[in-house]
Parts: sequence; structure tokens; C-alpha cells
Amino acid sequence: MSNADVRVVVAMSGGVDSSVAAALLREQGYAVVGMMMRLWSDAAMGGAEHNRCCTPEQMADARRIADGLGIPFYVLDTKEVFRSTVVEYFLEGHRQGFTPNPCMECNRHIRFDWLLNHALALDADYLATGHYARIDRAEDGHYRLRQGLDEAKDQSYILSVMGQAQLAQTLFPVGEFPKPEVRALAARFGLNVASKKDSQDLCFLGQNDYRDFLKIHAPEILQPGPIVLKNGVVIGEHTGLSNYTIGQRKGLGVMYPEPLYVIAMNPYKNALVVGVKDELGRATLTAKRFNWVQGVAPAGPFRAGVKIRYKSPLYPALIEPLAADRIRVTFEEPLRDITPGQGAVVYAGDVVLGGGVIEKDDPA
Amino acid sequence: MIYLDHAATTPVDPQVLAAMQPYFSELYGNALSVHRYGQKADYAVEQARQTLAGLLNCKPSEIIFTSGGTESDNLALRGAAWAARQQGRGHHLITSPVEHSAVGRTVAQLVESMGFTATCLPVDAAGRVNPADFDRACVPGTTVASVMLASNEIGTLQPVAELAAIARQRGVLLHTDAVQAPGQLDLDVQRLGVDLLSLSAHKFYGPKGIGLLYVREGTPLLPVQTGGSHEAGRRAGTHSTPLIVGMARALALATAAQAQRISHYTARRDQLIAGLLARVPGLQLTGHPVDRLPGHASFTLPDVEANQLLMHLDLRGLAASSASACKTGSPEPSEVLLALGYAVAAARGGLRLTVGKDTTAADIDRAIDIVAEAVAALRRLGARSRLPV
Repeated sequence: MSNADVRVVVAMSGGVDSSVAAALLREQGYAVVGMMMRLWSDAAMGGAEHNRCCTPEQMADARRIADGLGIPFYVLDTKEVFRSTVVEYFLEGHRQGFTPNPCMECNRHIRFDWLLNHALALDADYLATGHYARIDRAEDGHYRLRQGLDEAKDQSYILSVMGQAQLAQTLFPVGEFPKPEVRALAARFGLNVASKKDSQDLCFLGQNDYRDFLKIHAPEILQPGPIVLKNGVVIGEHTGLSNYTIGQRKGLGVMYPEPLYVIAMNPYKNALVVGVKDELGRATLTAKRFNWVQGVAPAGPFRAGVKIRYKSPLYPALIEPLAADRIRVTFEEPLRDITPGQGAVVYAGDVVLGGGVIEKDDPA
Repeated sequence: MIYLDHAATTPVDPQVLAAMQPYFSELYGNALSVHRYGQKADYAVEQARQTLAGLLNCKPSEIIFTSGGTESDNLALRGAAWAARQQGRGHHLITSPVEHSAVGRTVAQLVESMGFTATCLPVDAAGRVNPADFDRACVPGTTVASVMLASNEIGTLQPVAELAAIARQRGVLLHTDAVQAPGQLDLDVQRLGVDLLSLSAHKFYGPKGIGLLYVREGTPLLPVQTGGSHEAGRRAGTHSTPLIVGMARALALATAAQAQRISHYTARRDQLIAGLLARVPGLQLTGHPVDRLPGHASFTLPDVEANQLLMHLDLRGLAASSASACKTGSPEPSEVLLALGYAVAAARGGLRLTVGKDTTAADIDRAIDIVAEAVAALRRLGARSRLPV
């Protein structure tokens, strides 16, 4: 089978990475189809009229690039399924006192499930995206998810929700390149997108801060409540739990002999738990909904590197599988910013072994 | 690739293209100019006007050139409604819920922003208005009514001649959007009895960007686009000589071939409808089963979203359309299907296939296969997915 018989659906955003992905695949002779997801935004509530991932300008850019590459291009209405999964997950997480990671959830439910299935229904052989990560096969035939070559741009953390079935049908063409080379490729392909800046914030917030978004969509979350010490003594009032993050020191507005840090949140009592520096660190965490990329949990404990945030360093730790989809992680040193709701992603070198969602400590 | 979207637009006929060719760079004069360049252009424009008048059975002076169907609809409604109000005859309009948006949105703006009132006629499940309802809707102060000759979306024909007779009795002007009709329906304005009629050239193998409005002699009409003295002051703007020449040639070709085209269209359409209804479970024909455009087949599939279906069809080699589709990924249910009483899901699943003069029986067979395959693939996707498709 020549590449011309292989149909690849490329998720295009109008940005440089997915445009270069499409151009690379086209150059390799694949039958490429461009697709853009029209995602939800909170236009009705006075927020952004368009999701930042798919503004009319980006849609026009993607259309122009697809036309230049000579590939068909379509926009899929993804608004409702995105709202009912990713946005609801984000709101519900905050209601429960988590700091959720909606990008992981989007990759889990939208990109590598909903969109992948739509691509396969079009008789596509692969879905390609512009993510910085790599897919290869181990000697035993398993698909492996690896960090992108450009470590600074690596996106494997938010892709750790992928399993064997997804990896077998996914291509990450730009993961093989450092970002500057991708920009050079864009120039070589004549794609007039190389100067755009990378997107960082959550796409459905538009220009809003996430706190403004919560204020509009889940006002019940931002209720003032007590600031308490671990022993339950009330020392002040907070403005709403979602206005704070674990490890935060500034802006607490309480008088205390020593500097205080946010160490936990108790949504049941709407209490913000604070403590002194020594109380902040945690050396262990448990993670739920853990996805093992190979499909099965290892038999026993092992040592590996763990990321606890998108851009966190890789911390050495002991990993103990507690159930098929739950692990305990014990770090060599206490960490100050373990945040329930964020991902805990386990790496062996540059290979992602799996990822899950950090659970809360026992409610204080 | 099979193109079954002729209600959206058609290719320019080579004979039409040849007729237009001299008027771009050789005979490029302005028809209003005094010199011989202008005279040649004026001659071409007026020849075209005469040809068109002959084909519509009206006087040349009753034809106004416009930029297309949308402008013709706008000029008819605004121009006639404004003139009637200026004369103190009233400000009540009548229309139907299945009109093209060029009519629907124009009436809506006249009502919302310009002090007019309007009655929207009820339609039956096939989208037809009832002449008795129309008669009841004509009240003192009713000035202009607009009911299309044939629906672009569901193909249904309206009893326009009957409505025109009633309108005449009631002293109401009747406009009809006949954009889908050329080559397929009788366009004799005397037999139709309408006062205003819109056409657009690119629907009948003519060029895009040109249309006409027939205005019965004596019909008061204020210009919407003001400026020079073109079109007897009723529509300002330099004549596009090549497009006007092209439109006249295209309508002459369509009318000359009409009998043959109608039998060709009808055979292909019926082959398509029968084949699809047999092959695709759950598919429903929309619009009137018999009184419909000869080249027009329309359906709904309540469990399939039109946008996705069109994408699947395109990649499998069939160009089709749907009123509920939208290329920016924000599809809305079809307002026409909602007005016919369809549920929202069905109104999101419209599919329109319109045949052309060169569509073959083999094209139709292949199109039937493609639709059946695409619908089956989407249904497998719906069954497999844990999330809403």
C-alpha cells in the first residue's frame, strides 16, 4: 500500500504546528483531510464569542492553508460534546475543590475518542495532530508514547490519557522536530503562520480569567468561607476556594506570626486550610483514573519519574499500583505544589508509562 | 466526483461563455455613454433585455437587471412596500415560512425596523400554502405578498397562479421568487399573473452576479439602490454587459431545451428518490411527493447530522447540500423543516440532491451507493461512540 492509499485526518487549528503536520504528511504523499473542531465558548454569558481554538480568523487561516496544500477541509460541530464533557468536568472539579486539567480531559474524550472515531468513520487510517510527542513501537510490539524531541515544548503530559488503540491510529508529525525547526519548516512550506505565539490558557475562557468564568458559570463555587489552620482554628475569611491554589502564600489577608501557605481545600466545609512552611510539603500522592499506556498495570512497585504539572520537573519516586487504575506515588523529597485534580504522569526516561488524576488527601 | 447540487449553482454553459467573451475586453463600453463604445454596449444590453422579455412574455421595459436573486427579492419587497406606504395604501405584507432568506430576512427587517406588519401564511406538511388562507390574510392595508414559485430547499411548488388571481382581486401586489424555476417550470408572467418575479442567472447555466426582476407595468416601485439613471431610475449602477448578455443566452438555452430537460430531470429525480428510499432505512422524502421541481430531491434523516453527512459524501465523491449545514461548524436546524412540523433532530438532518442537465443515470446509481455507504458509516459511528455524535 502506498501512502496515497493511506487517509490521514489532520486536526487543524490554523496554527503553525498543525499546519506543518498537515504539510509534512502531504509531502510524504498521504491522502490528507483537514478537519477543525468548532468548540464551545460561553458567548451566551457575555464571555468570548468564539472559543480561542477556533475563531473566524483561525478558521480562515486553516482553510487557506488546506487550500494551499490542496486538501479538503471541514469544520465539525463539537460544541455540545465539548461543553458536556470538558467544560462540565472543569466546573465540577472546581465545585469539589479540585484544580482540574481540562486539556487532559479533552484529549481523553474529544480528540482521541470523539474526533478519532469521526476520522475512522471516514475510512481514515490515522488521526494526526500537531502535538509535540512521539509514538513508536517497542521490541515486543507495544506502542510507546514518548516525549517530543523538543523538551521545552513536550506535550506528552496531557497525552498520557492515550492507550494502545489510540496510539496505533495516531500520528504526531512535528514531535520529531524541535520547535525552531518546525518554524523553519513552516517557512519552507510557505505557510504564513510561523510568527503566531503559542496558546497557553484554557481555550474556552476566551479573554477571561478562569475565576471570572467560574463567577459566571458556577457562582456557587465562589462563596466566602473560613480560613482555618489544620487544627480547625478559624483565622480569617477567604473569597471563594477557587480563587486560591495549593502552595499560595501571597494574598491570603490573614495576620499570623509566621508566613502561611494554602495547604488544602475542604469543599464540604468551604474551608481554606492554611499552615506554615513545614506543613506544606507532601511526599506522597494517590492518583485515580490512571491510564497505563500499555493497557495493564505493572505487577509490583517500581521506581520512575513523575510529573505533577504540565511544566513540572520530573521527580524521582516510587510507584505502587493500588488497583488497575489507581496508584500511590512516594517522592524522595516532599513537594510543595501537589495539586488535586492535576495529572500525575509517570515516565521511564522519555517514555510515558501512564497518567492519572491526583486525588485529594483525606478531607481535613 | 458527482455534482448533485445544481440548486446551489450550475456551471456556465460553454455557449453562454462564448456569448459573453467579447464584452470583457473588446466591447467594453459603458451602456450609458454617448460614443460608439457605449452604443455597442447599450445595443447588447437592450438586445438581451428583448430576448429575456420574449422568454418571460413581458415588455422589455418590465425587466430590471440586478446582481442576482437576493437583490431582486430585496428590490421587489422593499421597493414595492415603500412605494405603497408612500402612497398611503398601507403597510401590511404577506409571506410564507418556506421562503428563501432573501425574502424572509427582508420582510423581517421591514417589520422590525421600518414599521411594517406582516402575516406569515401557514403551510401544510409538504410546505404548500393554501389559497384560502392567502385570501383571508389579505386585509385592508395589505400591499405586497411574496410566495416563491418553487422551494429551493424542499422543491415544493406553490399555487402561484391561483394566489395571483386572488391578489389581483384584493388589490395586493404579488411577488414570486422564481430562482429555481428556469428550465424546469413555465415562466410566462402573463399565465402566472404575478406582478414581480425574481431570477438569477447562475441557477440556469449562466454567470454568477447577475439576475433580473420582472416588474409589471404600472407597479409602483421605489429604488433601493440610488444613483445614476440606469434601469429607468429603478436600479442604479453600471450595467454589466457581459453578464447581462450571458443571462439572456442562458435563459434562451434553458427555455429552448425545457421540454427535454423536464423529462430528463424528472427521470433522474425519480430514479434517485426511489433508489434512496429503497436503500437507506429511515430516510424520509421532504416536500411534496409530486408537485415538486423536476430536478429536486430532498430528504431528512433524523439520526444523522447534515454537516457530517455532507463531509462524508464529499470525501466519497458526491457533492450535495443541506439547509442545516454550515461550513463554520455551527449548524442550525432548518427553519423550513421546523415550519413544516418536523422535530429539531429531523430539521438538523436535511439532505438535498439536485440534478443537472448533464447528470446521467449512472451518476444517480453511484450517488445512491455513496449516500447509502455514508449513512451506514455514520450510523456505525453513532452506535460505537459513547459520546453524542
